[in-house]
Amino acid sequence: MRLKLVPGTTNWDFFRLSSVTLGASAIAVIASVVLFFVVGLNFGIDFRGGTTIRTEASTPVDVGDYRAALRALDLGDVSITEVFDPTFGERYVTLVNIQAQEGQESVTPDTIAAIEAALLQVDPTLTFPSVESVGPTVSGELVQTAILAVALAIGAVLIYIWLRFEWQFSLGAVAALVHDVVLTIGIFSLLQIRFDLAIIAALLTIVGYSLNDTVVVFDRVRENLRKYKKRPLKEVMNLSINETLSRTVMTSVTTLLALIALFVLGGDVIRGFVFAMIWGVIVGTYSSVFVASAVLLRLGVTRDWTKSDGGGAGTNFANIDA
Amino acid sequence: MLNIPLWNRVLILGLVVLGLAYAMPNLFYGQVERRNDAVTLIEEAGGDPAELAEDLGAWPGFLPASLVNLGLDLRGGAHLLAEVQVEEVYAARMDSLWPEVRNALRDVRDQIGTVRRQDAEPGELRVRVSNGDGIQVAVAAVRDLAQPVMSMTGVGASTLDVRADGDVIVVQLSEAERAATDDRTMLQSVEIVRRRVDEVGTREPNIQRQGDRRILIQVPGIDSAEELKRLIGTTARLTFHPVTGRATSADAERSAREIIVPDREDEGLFYRLEATPVLTGEMLTDAQPAFDQNGRPTVTFRLSTTGGRIFCNYTEENIGSPFAVVLDNEVITAPTIQERICQASGQITGNFSVVESTELAVLLRAGALPAGLTFLEERTIGPELGADSIAAGKIAAIIAGLAVLVFMALSYGLFGVFANIALIINVGLIFGLLSAIGATLTLPGIAGIVLTIGMAVDANVLIFERIREELKTAKGPARAIELGYEKARSAIYDANITTFITAVILFVMGSGPVRGFAITLGLGIITSVFTALYVTRLFLVIWFERRRPKKIEV
Repeated sequence: MRLKLVPGTTNWDFFRLSSVTLGASAIAVIASVVLFFVVGLNFGIDFRGGTTIRTEASTPVDVGDYRAALRALDLGDVSITEVFDPTFGERYVTLVNIQAQEGQESVTPDTIAAIEAALLQVDPTLTFPSVESVGPTVSGELVQTAILAVALAIGAVLIYIWLRFEWQFSLGAVAALVHDVVLTIGIFSLLQIRFDLAIIAALLTIVGYSLNDTVVVFDRVRENLRKYKKRPLKEVMNLSINETLSRTVMTSVTTLLALIALFVLGGDVIRGFVFAMIWGVIVGTYSSVFVASAVLLRLGVTRDWTKSDGGGAGTNFANIDA
Repeated sequence: MLNIPLWNRVLILGLVVLGLAYAMPNLFYGQVERRNDAVTLIEEAGGDPAELAEDLGAWPGFLPASLVNLGLDLRGGAHLLAEVQVEEVYAARMDSLWPEVRNALRDVRDQIGTVRRQDAEPGELRVRVSNGDGIQVAVAAVRDLAQPVMSMTGVGASTLDVRADGDVIVVQLSEAERAATDDRTMLQSVEIVRRRVDEVGTREPNIQRQGDRRILIQVPGIDSAEELKRLIGTTARLTFHPVTGRATSADAERSAREIIVPDREDEGLFYRLEATPVLTGEMLTDAQPAFDQNGRPTVTFRLSTTGGRIFCNYTEENIGSPFAVVLDNEVITAPTIQERICQASGQITGNFSVVESTELAVLLRAGALPAGLTFLEERTIGPELGADSIAAGKIAAIIAGLAVLVFMALSYGLFGVFANIALIINVGLIFGLLSAIGATLTLPGIAGIVLTIGMAVDANVLIFERIREELKTAKGPARAIELGYEKARSAIYDANITTFITAVILFVMGSGPVRGFAITLGLGIITSVFTALYVTRLFLVIWFERRRPKKIEV
């Protein structure tokens, strides 16, 4: 007996409600953009500059005391968050964030020493497992590099799919990618999860994953388009999605299983990163069917195969691996 | 049909065995590390093999012994990004150019009259001539001091930009010379930072130039980044100057050839010194912390032959007058010369603590930085936090792996088991590759491995699903398996190449931990495609040959 998440043969119509699903996706994208501009991301020091000090105490922590101790230092914007994790046990961890200090390009050890001293007054047993400071110059550059990296990744993919398939496929895939990236930024704005360099890595992984899914569907669409030359595009696409559905679900489930294990057990340091990837896998799986394929369907495909065999029009390099 | 030539089988299995052999040392991380440390100690520091025999025996020498490097976020340590103030060098060059300019202009005095140095921006030399009509003559005379630039790109260019501004000559380093100077400054700075970090003696520091004027310094396993930063950040320029008098403030009156330098200890005390030093730190060959006859910490130094001769002559001629030892623009001590000093060694007595004298000795040995450093980024991670992260990552990876293994076995039965074995081999191969190329594993890198565990089965899933489909139509199981592999291939390539593209972009654009993630992700893609297309297939074929099943269930 086999475990089957999806029946052996399905014949579902994925495009019956395509105006609804595309509309919902469009609304979600717009909502994310609005959230990003109205609420904004909770940028970490990588992108904003400043200092993050991780503190660890053996007794429960009163964040108010910490704040009072630091107020005297006049450091500007100070935020203190308590971190909870099942693996901590009798350890109480907080993250103290201090904004980049006015007029200081570099990080001064004096400021850090003063902060540590002030906190030790509150609790002499406090330890500081990590201290990270990023100056404003570097953080500005990191923002630029990050945006460039995501743009480059999307651009490179656009070109690759264009070469391997047709431009309509390429647009469909990129629509799905932008959808996934924007929705991820939206949820980070909504939940105010700290957005740092690692999240950019997660975003690019989402790009990769979402694409992986989309490409598998598209690959089958291409194959079926050659096989069933007379059937309408919508039927061929539905058939292709149904045929690959079992694989799509299997891979998403195994990936999610692994990621959830990491989310629960992997420690608080990378939890935001893993959260982004879990969200990305879910959104990416959805978008490969309901965004990428739906867009492709709307754009249509030029099916002017003049040659009877594979490697025909529009599949410029389809045989490079054969 | 399902044929894999023998040499092909041997090659596939050979690669797997090789990969796993390279991965194996990581299971015994502590032992292998001890042995590798012992080997390094013997090779580089001339350690005694007999003494280190126990450490050497911790891991047999004939086995591979390369380990995955642990990133700073896993091992703990300090990460600093420093910017070199290259402009300081331009300023120093202009200052040292002034005497030359003065001499050159003296030769044409009858045409330009007297000359006077003006205040100017750092990096610029402004000289006013009293007879403005001769300014072109003066400019030409200064221009003669310029030399061709010594660099690959600046061939033909001159080192100096000289122009006239009314009756003032303005001298600057030329664009090409600045670029060449920056390059030298950076090379020298990186080298000196490396020497200083090596003096602290931690394992595998990573010091590299980044961009035009930055140095990335990563030192694993140190507890206090403060000490490291003090050590790296100090310029440590040591000079010996004749003392011409004392002053009470930094703005006290001085002649053009004098400088005012504060005392290191005594606030409010300033020395007037001759601007040109008698000796500089470059003439030191060694420096060691020591104690004087009163038990106070001092630094003893040894002078080069030239330095020793200069010092001998100078002290002989100036018995009875004071001279100052200046470190980074502070007078450490200003003793009076009692007698001729002609042995090549000396002693600096300041009010040092033991730590200070040790650090000063280190700094003097390593040499002065050509320019100051500012720190743009600083991250210190405690070793405990790193250990926690490793422990959490390990547990998460094991649970993730188990969940995927069970799920695959339930979904695909025997085929699932084949995929599972391939998955385990896959993780082993990732570690093998990471070790072999000496890549660094970071916390996001562990996440990349866990993600790969989830995604690695994808290629197998694609194939198995395809075999299932083909079983419905194809004639017989062997043909179905063959078709499954054939038809799934293009999807596998496309899907993985696109993900690989993003991994490459991440690697190129990213830094530190993110790069670690990109590496594991990229290697994971390569190994998972390899295991799915070759290893699982080999298992399937071997099984099929033995059993020859009439019917298969996927």
